[in-house]
Amino acid sequence: MSEDTAAVTRIETPIYLKYNFTAGSAPARFLARIREGVLTGQRCPRCANVYIPPRGSCPACGVATEEEVVLPDKGTVQSFTVVAIPIPNNPIKPPFVIANLVLDGANLSFIHLMSECENSEVRIGQRVQAVWKPSSEWTHAMDNIRYFKSIDEPDVPIEKIGKLPLSGWEG
Amino acid sequence: MAQPEVLSQAFELGFTYTRSTGPVVGKFLTGLRDRTISGIKASDGRVIVPPMEYDPQTAAALTEFVEVGQQGEIVSWCWVKQPRAAHPIQQPFAWAMIRLDGADVAMIHCVVADAEEQLFTGARVSAVWADETRGYITDIRCFEIAGGQDSE
Repeated sequence: MSEDTAAVTRIETPIYLKYNFTAGSAPARFLARIREGVLTGQRCPRCANVYIPPRGSCPACGVATEEEVVLPDKGTVQSFTVVAIPIPNNPIKPPFVIANLVLDGANLSFIHLMSECENSEVRIGQRVQAVWKPSSEWTHAMDNIRYFKSIDEPDVPIEKIGKLPLSGWEG
Repeated sequence: MAQPEVLSQAFELGFTYTRSTGPVVGKFLTGLRDRTISGIKASDGRVIVPPMEYDPQTAAALTEFVEVGQQGEIVSWCWVKQPRAAHPIQQPFAWAMIRLDGADVAMIHCVVADAEEQLFTGARVSAVWADETRGYITDIRCFEIAGGQDSE
């Protein structure tokens, strides 16, 4: 019981914030489609940028977005980080790769996991494709995609990342 | 466009902080673990509970710890009719400023009482210790209205 006699020098003071998140109409449509294994973005009527996941408006033009665009599950690494420190309550064991990925035909990245790759070889411009869970496990969640894996396509030059057409890089 | 179904989900964001106490608050918390309450003497002679590291007037480092009583009186209070999940007491209780015997400033803590009517400025209260003390302010589980008997 030596711990009982040592002076107190630190205390645990966790803060837990409990939220109830309700998706707006654009995210709700996105989630309804991803439940069916379909990735759906929205195109801005003014600047034509495509956003996924859609928020219902264009952050650059400030106008409502309604036109839906079905996107492929292939994309490009825009940036990434190798996580080396375990995160509380996260079941994934470090080291693992979290990346900003931009799908072909989209103009804004989202964050997802990368796997089936050497962490040391992950790089900006690398081509990736989604690895989906079995369709029987699909829900209203981006987690329907287990992770993105590296695919055998040439890297995208930095100036073209986020500007590829729906047809992809080599298409 | 068809109205989509409403999608709603609970989630929790947690910040798992650990804080360094510093030597003075650390000594106060160590005292709580031993079921004692300590203050510190300021340059003007006042005893401040919980203790602070530096004098409020001169900014000089304070070092003279003083053990204070485990009873005191309510200076002001606020009755909580409906405690929330994060509150320390899951029945109606009061947040109160309590001036402990031997202290010159009041300390905030919770007071458990059968009814709001039992609380008043000047009411005597006494500390109730947690079954297990660990060096946290919650080692004092609460204060309760001091009974007729003046014994500990």
